[in-house]
Amino acid sequence: MQNFPILSFITFLPLLGMVILLFIPKKNELIIKSLTLVVTSLQVIAAIVILHGYNYALGGINDPNSFQFIEKYRWIDITGFSWIGRIKVDYFLGIDGISVPLVLLTAIISFIATLSSWTINKSVKGYFAMFLLLDTGMMGVFVALDLFLFYIFWELMLLPMYFLIGIWGGPRREYAAIKFFLYTLFGSIFILIVMIALYFSTKEVLPDGSRVFTFNMLAMMNPQNYTATGILSPLNPNNLRLIAYIALFVGFAIKIPMFPFHTWLPDAHVEAPTAISVILAGVLLKMGTYGILRVCFPIFPDITRELVWYIALFGMINIIYGALCALAQKDFKKMIAYSSISHMGLVLLGMASLNAMGITGAVFQMFNHGTITAMLFLIVGVIYDRAHTRGLDDFGGLATQMPIYAGFTTLAFFAAIGLPGLSGFVSEAFVFLGAFGFGNIRVLTVISTLGILLGAGYMLWAMQRVFLGGLKEKWASLKDLTFREYAMLVPLAVIVIFLGVYPSAMLNLMNSSVNAMAKLMAGAQTVYGSLLH
Amino acid sequence: MTGNNLIDIALIILFLPLLGFTVTLFLAKKVKKIYLFETLIIIVAFVLSVILVFLKLNYFPNATTTSEVSWISLGSISIDLGIMVDNIAVLMIFVVSLISMLVHLFSIAYMHGDKRYNRYFAYLGIFTFSMNGIVFTHNILMMYIFWELVGLSSYLLIGFWYEKKSASDAGKKAFIVNRVGDLGFFSGILILFATYHTFTFDKIFHQISLGVIPFNSEFWLTVTGILIFCGAIGKSAQFPLHVWLPDAMEGPTPVSALIHAATMVAAGVYLVVRVFPILTSGALEFIAIIGALSAFIPATIAITQNDIKKVLAYSTVSQLGYMVMALGVGAYKFAFFHLVTHAFFKAALFLGSGSVIHAMHHEQDIRKMGGLRKKLPLTYATFLISTLAISGVPLTSGFLSKDGILAGTFAFGNLTGQWFFAFVGFLVALVTAFYMFRLVILTFHGEPRDKEKYDHAKESPFVMVMPLVVLATLSIFIWYTPNPFNPEQGAFLSKWVKAPTIVTPQDSRYSFLKSDEAQPEANVQGIQNVPTPSSTEAANSGEEITFSKTYTEAMEHAHIPAMMLSLFLAGIGILFAFLFYQWKKLDADKLAEKINPLYKLSLNKWYFDEIYDATFVALTLGISKVLAWIDANIIDGIVNGSATVTKMFSSFTGKFDNVVVDGMVNGAAYMSGFIGLMFRKLQTGKVQTYIVLVVFSLVILLFLFKSF
Repeated sequence: MQNFPILSFITFLPLLGMVILLFIPKKNELIIKSLTLVVTSLQVIAAIVILHGYNYALGGINDPNSFQFIEKYRWIDITGFSWIGRIKVDYFLGIDGISVPLVLLTAIISFIATLSSWTINKSVKGYFAMFLLLDTGMMGVFVALDLFLFYIFWELMLLPMYFLIGIWGGPRREYAAIKFFLYTLFGSIFILIVMIALYFSTKEVLPDGSRVFTFNMLAMMNPQNYTATGILSPLNPNNLRLIAYIALFVGFAIKIPMFPFHTWLPDAHVEAPTAISVILAGVLLKMGTYGILRVCFPIFPDITRELVWYIALFGMINIIYGALCALAQKDFKKMIAYSSISHMGLVLLGMASLNAMGITGAVFQMFNHGTITAMLFLIVGVIYDRAHTRGLDDFGGLATQMPIYAGFTTLAFFAAIGLPGLSGFVSEAFVFLGAFGFGNIRVLTVISTLGILLGAGYMLWAMQRVFLGGLKEKWASLKDLTFREYAMLVPLAVIVIFLGVYPSAMLNLMNSSVNAMAKLMAGAQTVYGSLLH
Repeated sequence: MTGNNLIDIALIILFLPLLGFTVTLFLAKKVKKIYLFETLIIIVAFVLSVILVFLKLNYFPNATTTSEVSWISLGSISIDLGIMVDNIAVLMIFVVSLISMLVHLFSIAYMHGDKRYNRYFAYLGIFTFSMNGIVFTHNILMMYIFWELVGLSSYLLIGFWYEKKSASDAGKKAFIVNRVGDLGFFSGILILFATYHTFTFDKIFHQISLGVIPFNSEFWLTVTGILIFCGAIGKSAQFPLHVWLPDAMEGPTPVSALIHAATMVAAGVYLVVRVFPILTSGALEFIAIIGALSAFIPATIAITQNDIKKVLAYSTVSQLGYMVMALGVGAYKFAFFHLVTHAFFKAALFLGSGSVIHAMHHEQDIRKMGGLRKKLPLTYATFLISTLAISGVPLTSGFLSKDGILAGTFAFGNLTGQWFFAFVGFLVALVTAFYMFRLVILTFHGEPRDKEKYDHAKESPFVMVMPLVVLATLSIFIWYTPNPFNPEQGAFLSKWVKAPTIVTPQDSRYSFLKSDEAQPEANVQGIQNVPTPSSTEAANSGEEITFSKTYTEAMEHAHIPAMMLSLFLAGIGILFAFLFYQWKKLDADKLAEKINPLYKLSLNKWYFDEIYDATFVALTLGISKVLAWIDANIIDGIVNGSATVTKMFSSFTGKFDNVVVDGMVNGAAYMSGFIGLMFRKLQTGKVQTYIVLVVFSLVILLFLFKSF
């Protein structure tokens, strides 16, 4: 068991599932769905196995020796290109306290989304094939430690998502899918450029003593590995690290999505089928903030410190702007989409604190937003399936007709507005406590707390419009939750309550890594400042 | 018997209602009589509270027992969950448990036949749990946690009859207005945590007593105090956030008694009591001003209201204002004393109004009542006793506590020369007596004005009347002091409630709250922005005496004159109520016409709701609409616009390609073809082209960077 490549297993299991699925005849829809369910269940089990074997004491981040479940093989090694030299890419997987929560989240959300996909009836085979491919892409992003590999997974996720929205989506699906695709691709190009620039600035020492260019992210985090003249080398007085950082950041920010790059999100959400919205909000958005934490922060700690005020500023804008836009929405799903923008702003703000408390809050908020927003989109899906409308003003009094549904909604809404006792509160509080502890961004933090108020505003208003008041006659035949819907909502509700009461279960997992990150950030000025002198 | 036993009992009291809530909520549909389980749970909790209060006050009267466990630990920072059992906490828990139990009993009859009967009891359970949490907490983060949880139960219970738009509006309003205050509260917590890296009251107090203050400035200590107090402004419905409480009367009446009169709204006062040691003179003065305004404005509104519950709601705000003002002028013990006495008589008044409403088949308009004393003798008697208490008539508890507060404002005037608070205090005493007796007379005296409803009215059943009797009994002086004219002789004030040790630097205290060793001629009200070495030294001396003799003496001197004056004013108020409404010697309508603008102002609640709707609410909604428009049209417009431009460009290059460079470079054709296809919104993008693009650009980039 010791040497079992569990990370490869959890990552490529869906891909394997997809290959098997392709051999199943089209009309065996139930088998196709069941296969997907088995695959995602196995993924959840694998995630639990990973948690079980995870050593809480090891920090990771920039220390290659304290990553866990490492798998490292030479993947591409070409010496032929004389004009470039030797191209070497490693198949390098490993996890630390930043990625573990997200691996777990991806497994859970994929499983829930499979259940939610049960109602898909248009070309089922294609849908689930794409779904599984998407799953591999997402998981891969969170376990890859080689930048090239990371990028491949990043792009791998893009294509199935495009099809899933573009074929199985709502009326304006093509527009939304193209917009999503191009917007993200636009961001990817930035990432690609910086990746290659980093490659040509870093040299890794191989066991045989030779120094070669590398895509190894951990190598890039060590300033000693940079070449003296590399364009992104901190040793080079004329380096372009600032520009590269901004480009990289924008590439990731589009995915978060960060204002002003966010307009693809409401469209994508409104058009995407419920399950895809769940994945989009539950996992995909986290890839943006994860990328910043995994790539931008440790590779460019010097620039991060310089720009941290702006990161916090955009966090604040996301929080307030997203909340205000949510307040004005008349479409249930669009409102939730804008609330996502607001809540992802908290992640940015928490990261910008650069201290353990704030970063803990940010990572925990990624997980909590994943579970809570997944619940919210499922809830929208429940009502859309029945009523075929999502207008907030079309409803009223559903609490009487569907009391259990209303109960879950109340739980999810209050989790989203940070009610203590539910997981969202802890991460929100940590973000604010951490960010306030950093003098530079204190004022921005205080302004950001307005989000708490606005959040209560739009959520409770939506609650009132949909669930309270008198029941409209045309909805008098709506049925309460089905067993399948229970199966989707109950696990998420349990997680939300459990982590609200006992957050340490998750926080202990990330503790060492967060402290390592905070330490790296704290030491950045000394380490990088001394390089040029 | 050790202090640990106290902690054990306290823990059981705390968690029992949570058990009641969980079980009742999940079995609400399945077990019809599950509400009895919830009620039983609360009765047990009450019995335990009696035991707790007895043990604590008899065996550990001077000890503060705390117990904590680590909840979250992040390296150097540990966030603890802990409970603290001191005299204030046990007295408060007694009040909460007793009233919660009585309200449960009352509700059995009052809510009978409601379609969500069991769920109602479940909500009472979660409320009681959260309130107990506020009472027992030993740190400010937990205070905030339970603070939000009572907000949730308040939201659920105000909007319990959510089919009514007014009820769901009121619930939403209560939650959001409270959150406004909580923003301040939370910001205060942020400052405290950033400074002390702990949430625990004791540890924060200790550090302040060592001279560690936020941002090294007494100004910021004052700001912190005011920010935390903002939480109390919301929860205790103080001016200018008082607007939610009258609307909260949409909830079932027993809920109004429990949450919106006796316990939850008093949590704000309790919070200030808890953080009192860190409040500087600047913060205290701010608190006193807010308290005074909150005592005065709602009292003027209560005069003209015709809904029995609305009158009581405004009187609640006004009485809470008294408590807050009392804290602001340093009359700490009397503020807490009034919290307790008010809890009992106001709960009695609300439950009494519930009994009336029940008898009148949900009629709440006092213009349609009258003469009910004959029909509802017990309700009348208990209502009258409570009214005497709130009006400050001798032999009642309210007389004792209110007199203490007035004496406090009097002493404050004497010592500082500021008579504003005393003036407001006495004026409000007059107005209170007037509007409360107006309420009693219009409801119970005279002739019935709605004969039909009157004829059907009958006294409420035992489970409803019994709580009234208990609460009215507790509004008599004897429980608090043997001497009906001097509360200080009773154990409550002389033994149980003690003035706290103030920890703020000497220079930032009221001169009369300085410890006696400090120089008496020090600056009176000044907020010192720069801590001087001497202030830190004085704070370091670790003095125990906090309330100087000067203040105690001034209170004693003020006691008799304050009592006489307040008695006189209460008498005048009651007399005028009788002149207007009982004997009709004076005509209220004519007077209203004569001073029409003032009458309108009062009747329309000083137009607070209208003003807030026209400003904050309209502004927020307006901004949100504008932003949403900008988002959809400008920000997204740029995105779509750039797509259009690219599309045009690509179709141009496409043509160019076709005509001029056709067949020249395969790769370039691939790429522009790809762009063209993408932008023509192809439903299914071509995977091959995409991969080619990635590989192609990779090669180009590799080449570019190589040559760098």
